Amino acid sequence: MSSNMTDTPDETLIETGFEVEADRTHEQTDTEAILQSENLSVNYGDEQALDDVTIEIPENRVTAIIGPSGCGKSTFLRSINRMNDRIRSCAVDGELYFHGKNVYDDDVDPVALRRKIGQVFQAPNPFPKSIYDNVAYGLRIQGRDDEVDLDEAVERALRGAALWDEVSHQLDSSGLDLSGGQQQRLCIARAIATDPEVLLMDEPTSALDPVAASKIEDLIDELVEKYTVVIVTHNMQQAARISDKTAVFLTGGELVEYDDTATVFENPADSRVEDYITGKFG
Amino acid sequence: MSTETQSESGISGDDGLESAHEANRRIRRLLFGCAAVTVATTVAIFLVLFDNAASYFFGARVSEILFAGDAFERTVTFIEFFTGTRWAPDHSTPAHGVLPIVWGTLAITIGAGLVSIPIGTATALYLSEYASTETRNRLKPILEVLAGIPTIVYGYFAVSFLTPVVVDGIARHLVDPVGRGVHAVGTALPGSVEIRNAEVHFGDAVVAAGESMIGITVGRYSMLGGILVVGVMTIPMVSSISEDAMQAVPDELRNGAYALGATKYQVSTRIVLPAAVSGIFASYILALSRAIGETMAVTLGAGFNANLTANPFAEIMTMTAYLVSMARGTSAVGTVEYQSLFAVGLLLFLMTLTMNLLNDRLKQRFQEVYR
Amino acid sequence: MSLGRGEELFADIDLRREKLHNRAFHAILVAASLFGLVMLVLLILDVLWESYQGLTVFQIDLVQFLTQPSSSRAERAGFGASILASIWLMVLTAILAFFLAVGCALYLVEYAPRNRMTRLIEANLANLAGVPSIVYGLLVLALIVNDAGLGSVILAGAIALALLIVPIIIVASIEAIRAVPSGVRDGSYAMGATKWQTIRRVVLPQAMPGILTGTILALARAIGETAPLIMVGTMLHATRYPDGPFASFSAMPTQIYNWTYQADRMFNGLAALGIVVLLIFLVVLYVIAGYLRKQYEAEGTLTNV
Repeated sequence: MSSNMTDTPDETLIETGFEVEADRTHEQTDTEAILQSENLSVNYGDEQALDDVTIEIPENRVTAIIGPSGCGKSTFLRSINRMNDRIRSCAVDGELYFHGKNVYDDDVDPVALRRKIGQVFQAPNPFPKSIYDNVAYGLRIQGRDDEVDLDEAVERALRGAALWDEVSHQLDSSGLDLSGGQQQRLCIARAIATDPEVLLMDEPTSALDPVAASKIEDLIDELVEKYTVVIVTHNMQQAARISDKTAVFLTGGELVEYDDTATVFENPADSRVEDYITGKFG
Repeated sequence: MSTETQSESGISGDDGLESAHEANRRIRRLLFGCAAVTVATTVAIFLVLFDNAASYFFGARVSEILFAGDAFERTVTFIEFFTGTRWAPDHSTPAHGVLPIVWGTLAITIGAGLVSIPIGTATALYLSEYASTETRNRLKPILEVLAGIPTIVYGYFAVSFLTPVVVDGIARHLVDPVGRGVHAVGTALPGSVEIRNAEVHFGDAVVAAGESMIGITVGRYSMLGGILVVGVMTIPMVSSISEDAMQAVPDELRNGAYALGATKYQVSTRIVLPAAVSGIFASYILALSRAIGETMAVTLGAGFNANLTANPFAEIMTMTAYLVSMARGTSAVGTVEYQSLFAVGLLLFLMTLTMNLLNDRLKQRFQEVYR
Repeated sequence: MSLGRGEELFADIDLRREKLHNRAFHAILVAASLFGLVMLVLLILDVLWESYQGLTVFQIDLVQFLTQPSSSRAERAGFGASILASIWLMVLTAILAFFLAVGCALYLVEYAPRNRMTRLIEANLANLAGVPSIVYGLLVLALIVNDAGLGSVILAGAIALALLIVPIIIVASIEAIRAVPSGVRDGSYAMGATKWQTIRRVVLPQAMPGILTGTILALARAIGETAPLIMVGTMLHATRYPDGPFASFSAMPTQIYNWTYQADRMFNGLAALGIVVLLIFLVVLYVIAGYLRKQYEAEGTLTNV
């Protein structure tokens, strides 16, 4: 199975101290790229946040983006669904293809783009509405609440986010009454309710306790069957545990290494990445 | 021994230090006195209004009855006051029904709310959700200027522009487009005075002109004029406080909605408005409360005629306009007009107090949501 | 890019209706926002036009207007006595309100214990700010003008205006005093200063620009107030210059009101010119307040470094 793993896994395991789960590395036959960036640079005013990033992100895989804080990993995520448009000083240069269509083309409406690419944020941000309305929100604003059975869709999304059993009896209570981990899963349910193709996750577990975080990690494992997941994390163990591919950004918004997760953690090509992973840097 | 006592007195028994502490205590009492004055003001407002209002209903002030042993008699019954439909305490055949001027105040308040609430809320939404930083920085000071203009200037604006041009224009073109019988007097533009009605003077002639015509007469004052001017005045209160409430909505909520593919319109109406709702309502209450107590603009906009009418083109009188029309300073003490000032003033104070307390409740609620 | 679904990628999403909604909504919001601007422009143009009419059609002489007292005859009416009355009012109001307000603010920030009484004082401040200005006029009319027998004089008007703006100055002062960093206070206490010495020598000087800004803005509010003065009782026409706090008077706004109320169109021209003068006073006050604010904001950044 782990065809791409290095010849002496045990040795590298000791070296970096990371355990790459065997089953997470799937069959490393790469699926087709759903997202591709070419020479993507992002500037906030005079400050460069992303420097000439070229990357291909495979479909139905978990791609982790790691790096020290301020390395542009969140900026990269936000440039995929054009949430960067909301930041006034933000200027994007280069191309980002989604199914081969540059999302920065004039004829692409970011509103339409975001209906195909969902996002889960660092801190859980449920709307101050009922659990039901939170999940139904996306379908409602997209005008799809007539086409689908809303109750059924809400249940499906909540089950998909592994939250149904916990909240099925209290769908009318406020989303804000849930615990932090539940709120984050509610946000995941909200994002998958509209059935997007890609799910962007920006440090989704950083605000949660370890138990809640591991529930989210298990959930990501299941989500990748249906969705392409791009997850930003500052937690390298997490990246090693859950991702198929790992991209390492270093300060200045430079993509220094991108490969199968096992390779990146066990046999990184770039010495800076090795330093970062082993904690000598960052 | 001696050194010990010396050092002791050096720390606590020093005369200079003692006097410094004494000064400190005196200052503390003085400052507390200042703070107490503010509470005393509220108490004084209530007591003085109550005391003097009593003379309107009972022929003597509470203080006179209690301390000077004055006899009291029922002069105006509460039933007449609260249910009578004619208000003319100073008339030769007096009537003491407060309803017409309470109606005047309510009509202006509700009407002004219909102007300032939608426009103020829309302005706040524009500033908070749609406008670029540059536009925002340009528009906000303009609203501040609008809020800083004295009410007497708004009153002048009502008399010289809003009523003769806007209200009259509405009467002519929208309500009575054929032009039969619409008749305006007191217009601000000298040219049009001559064209329309060179001979008409204010006062009695207005009534005469109005009666002789069939249709709508827009006089020097009108309910609609008062509504418009108070509406314009209260826009900045609604917009600035509502905008603060909208800005307090965490940006994560907006991001959450935008990431689901919401349009700005959807984020504004379905996320920002509901989340800021109690702060927005607080701004409405504040604006309405301001409209209730508003005096100069409303007096010069709506006029001095205590009419119980729903006709927006008719002259009406608010409670505050009544107070202004009866103000005579020292000369009027003991007259019914003077006594009635306090009865109306007390009612006005209680109305605004209710609104203020309501506003406090809403504000607290809003703060609770985001703590 | 072999896998391109290209142009049809978003074909299943029809945003036309939503975009139309969004654009219509945007247009409505812009129109509403412009409404206030349009009204402001109309108001200013109206006042300027009427002033111009007064100067040309009715040939109001500016020198006479600015120097003469008012008169029941429009041709002889001036604004000078009202201007002076307003200046008297401002000075007296400032003196009365300033010490009371700063004293109250100091008590609330520096001394007040966290108890019922303090909460009552604070809640009451919010309430006072919402009391209609005309009610303050009624209070002074009954208590000061008639019961105390002061009469309808400038001092009585100043008391009404002072009561009106005290809550405004208190709120500004509290903010300014709270903004003084606690390290500065601690430094003074460490030198053995008593609380009052610390306040007087350290806290107040640092907070003073902010307090003064708040006071000037409150005076800008007071100078345009009309209703409380009318309740206190003003002359229909300010026919003579006030010679002190105990003179009867008609200040700028009340004189403007009485002119506006008159039917004679020349009086309306006078009122418009009066408004121009009043607005000039306001602008000067705002400019001073803005200058002060800039000063202490600049200082603030220096001390914070």
